Amino acid sequence: MPSFVIKEKCDGCKGQDKTACMYICPHDLMTLDKDGSETGTEMKAYNQEPEQCWECYNCVKICPQQAIEVRAYADFAPLGASVIPMRGTDSIMWTVKFRNGVLKRFKFPIRLVPEGSVDPYAGKPEPNFDDIKKPGFFNYSL
Amino acid sequence: MEKEVNSFQFVGKPEVIEIDCDLLLIGGGMAGAGAAFEACRWATPKGLKVVMLDKAAVDRSGAVAQGLSAINTYIGENDVQDYVRYVRADLMGITREDLVWDLGRVIDDSVHLFEEWGLPIWKRADDGSSMDGFQARDAGKALLKDGGAPVRSGKWQIMINGESYKAIVGEVAKSALEFNRQATGMDQNLYERVFTTRLLLDANVPNRVAGAISFSVRENKVYVVKANATLNGAGGAVNIFRPRSVGEGMGRAWFPVWNSGSGYAMGIQAGAELTLMENRFVPMRFKDGYGPVGAWFLFFKATATNSLGEDYCVKYADKLKELYAPYDSPMTTNLRNCAAMWDMQAGNGPIMMHTDKALQEMAKTMDAKKLKHLEAEAWEDFLDMTIPQAGLWAANNIEPDKVPSELMPSEPYLLGSHAGCAGFWCSGPGDIPGAPAEWSWGYNRMSTVDGLFMAGDVVGASGHKFSSGSHAEGRIAAKSMVSWCLDHADYKPAIKESVDDLVAEIYLPMELYGKYKPYTTSPDSVDVNPNYIKPRMLQFRLMKIMDEYVGGVSTWYVTSKTMLDEGLKRLALLKEDSSRMAAKDLHELLRCWENYHRIWAAEAHARHIMFREETRYPGYYFRGDFPKINDAEWKCFNNSKFDPNTGDWVNFKKDYVKLVD
Repeated sequence: MPSFVIKEKCDGCKGQDKTACMYICPHDLMTLDKDGSETGTEMKAYNQEPEQCWECYNCVKICPQQAIEVRAYADFAPLGASVIPMRGTDSIMWTVKFRNGVLKRFKFPIRLVPEGSVDPYAGKPEPNFDDIKKPGFFNYSL
Repeated sequence: MEKEVNSFQFVGKPEVIEIDCDLLLIGGGMAGAGAAFEACRWATPKGLKVVMLDKAAVDRSGAVAQGLSAINTYIGENDVQDYVRYVRADLMGITREDLVWDLGRVIDDSVHLFEEWGLPIWKRADDGSSMDGFQARDAGKALLKDGGAPVRSGKWQIMINGESYKAIVGEVAKSALEFNRQATGMDQNLYERVFTTRLLLDANVPNRVAGAISFSVRENKVYVVKANATLNGAGGAVNIFRPRSVGEGMGRAWFPVWNSGSGYAMGIQAGAELTLMENRFVPMRFKDGYGPVGAWFLFFKATATNSLGEDYCVKYADKLKELYAPYDSPMTTNLRNCAAMWDMQAGNGPIMMHTDKALQEMAKTMDAKKLKHLEAEAWEDFLDMTIPQAGLWAANNIEPDKVPSELMPSEPYLLGSHAGCAGFWCSGPGDIPGAPAEWSWGYNRMSTVDGLFMAGDVVGASGHKFSSGSHAEGRIAAKSMVSWCLDHADYKPAIKESVDDLVAEIYLPMELYGKYKPYTTSPDSVDVNPNYIKPRMLQFRLMKIMDEYVGGVSTWYVTSKTMLDEGLKRLALLKEDSSRMAAKDLHELLRCWENYHRIWAAEAHARHIMFREETRYPGYYFRGDFPKINDAEWKCFNNSKFDPNTGDWVNFKKDYVKLVD
C-alpha cells in the first residue's frame, strides 16, 4: 500500500519551514514538485518511489492537511479497503474500512508524557568516573 | 570495462564540510539513540563532543520507525542466565554468551527509562485481564521499576502501546545531543538526511578508524567527520535477496526496507572481523503483509496447521529429531520453519494461523466489553507496527475472529538484533565468569579495529536483543567509547585517503549520468544506456543472484558449494559494475550507495555459508551438499576478515565456549 497524495488537499506545506512528509519519511520517498513538472500542479508533494514504500504511515500521520493516504500494494491486495489514522497528542484513532464495507474503529494510547517535556537528565545522578570501566550505566550500577 | 573517474565535468563539486568531534555516532535508530543518551552524560563534563549522523529523521528512523506492539526483551522477574540459555538455544547452540549475559543484566534499565519518558506499557489488572497504558495509569498501577506487573505475551516479551515508541526515544536522544552541543560549543551536532558511505582509516595508526564520510541527500554537501571513537549503528540488510513480492510490494519487506546493509559494508571495508555472517533470519509471518505472529501464538494462544489440519511441528517431530537432535528441544524458530517448509513442499499448504478459533475460545469467558477490548488488542498488534497487514486483511475481508489467515516464510534478512546473529566480532565486558581472555580487549563492544565500536544489528553472535537490547547495547558501547576517548586523549585523527578522491568517488554516479545520459533517447523512467546501470536495476541483479545461488525463496533456501561458487563469480562482476552506477539526483545517489553497501553484506553472507560445511540453521538455509548439523567439526564460530590493504578475504574458525550450564 504505497502512500499517495490527494492533489486538492496538499498545499506543499506553504508557510512552514519544511515539508512535513519529506522531513519524516524514513526512506526519502516523499518529494515536493515545486514547479509542477511531475504532478501537473506546482507545490505538490508525491511519493517518488512507491515500490520502495514500507507503508509505515509516517507521512500519513504527520501531514497537517491530511492529504496523504495509502492504497494497498497493487501486486497482491484487492482494491477498495482503507486504513486511516488520526494521530493526536496522546492517542491515535484508526478507521479500518473493509472492501465489503465493514467498518472498525480503534483508539490507542501513544504517549503518557507530553511531547517535548522530558528533560533527559533531570533527577538523574552525575556520572561517576571511577565506575567507567565497570558494567552498568551512569544511572544504574550492578 | 574501462574504469571511470569523476573529474567533476558533468556535475558540480559539493561543498566539503569538516567536522571535528570526539564521539561519532553513525545511525540514529534504537542503538544510536541509546548511545546518544548515555554518551552525552559521560562526555559532557569532560568536554568531549558527540556528533550523530542519520540518513533519515531521528523521530522516525531505524527499525522501530513505524512503532512496535511489544518489547521483546524485558528480563523482569526472570533470571539473566535463563535469558542466555534461551538465546543460545534459539541460535542453534553457538552464541557469544558473554555479550548476551552482559546485555541481559542491564537491559531493563532502558525499558524503565522508556516508561519514564512516557511509553505506555500494558499492565496486568487485579482480575488478571490486561490494561492498556491509559487504563493502567488511571487505575494507579505501578511503573515497572516500582514492581508494576507487565502483560507478558511470552516469557521475555511485554506488550506496549508502541505507536510512538521511536518518537519518544528519539526525542530524548535529540535532547541529550543538544545538552552536549550547548556545553561543548558546537554549532551543530545532529545531522539528519546525511548518508555515510565509508569509515575512514587513520593515516598514521594502523587498524584504526579516524571518522567517516557522508553526503547530504538534500543539498550538495559532503561531511568529513573526524573522531576519536566511532559507533557503527547503521543497521541490518534488507532486500539483498529477491523478495516474494516484486511489484509495488517489494517495499513491504518484513524488516524495514531502508536497512541497506550499510553497517555491515562499512565495517567490513574498514577491516573489522565478522562472525556468523552465514546466519540469517527468515520469519514465518502472515503472508504478503508480514504482520507479526508472536502475539497470536503466545498471547492469543492460536495454533498453525497445514491444509489437513495437522500441526506441522508435531507431524515432523521425529524427522526433526533424527536429523537435528538435540536442537529440536526446545524447538527453535528455524526448525519450526523447517517443518512448515517440508509440509509446503509436500503440497500440504497453505499453512493457516487459526486466529478464529483462538479468539472464539477466549471469547467464551468474556463479557461484551472485554471482548471489544480483546478485538482492539488483536488489531493493535498490526496497527502499532505493521499497518499494511491491517490493510491487507481489510482488503481481503478477513475478520480474524471469523476466518483463519495464511502464513508464509519470507525472503532472508541479515540482522543481529532480532532472532538472528549476523555481525561483527566484538569485545565483551571481560568480567563474565569463564569467558576466554581473548573475547575481551579492554573496550566493551569495540570491534577488532581500534576506535570502531558496534551496537544493535551489527554486533554478531548475540541475537534476541530486539529494540530494548539495541538501545541498551548502544549505551554500553557509548560508555565504553567515552572511556576510550579519555584513555586516548592525545589522539589526533588523520585521514589516510585523500578527501578530494573520496568526494569524487561519492559523486561519481552523478558525473556518469551527466556524461552519458545524452547518448540515448531513453527518458529517466526507462533509462537504458550501455554506459551505466541505474541503482534500481543493480539491486534487481543483486537480488536475483542471491535468490538463485545463495539460497533464496526460489530454491526453497537450498544452496551448495557449486552454487555459491557461481553466485560469487556473478557478485564479483556486479561489484565491478557498481562503479558504473548512475544517479540523476541526490535521491538516486542515496540509492546507489545503499545498494553498493548491500553488495558487500551479500558477499559476506555467501562467503560465510560457503566456509561452514554443514547445515547449522535448517529452516533458514540448507546446504544441499552438507545437509546435516555436524557438531564435531562445526560447533564453533565462523569468522572472517577483509583486509583493506590487500583486498584478501579469509574465513577461519574460532572456538565456541559455553559459559552457562
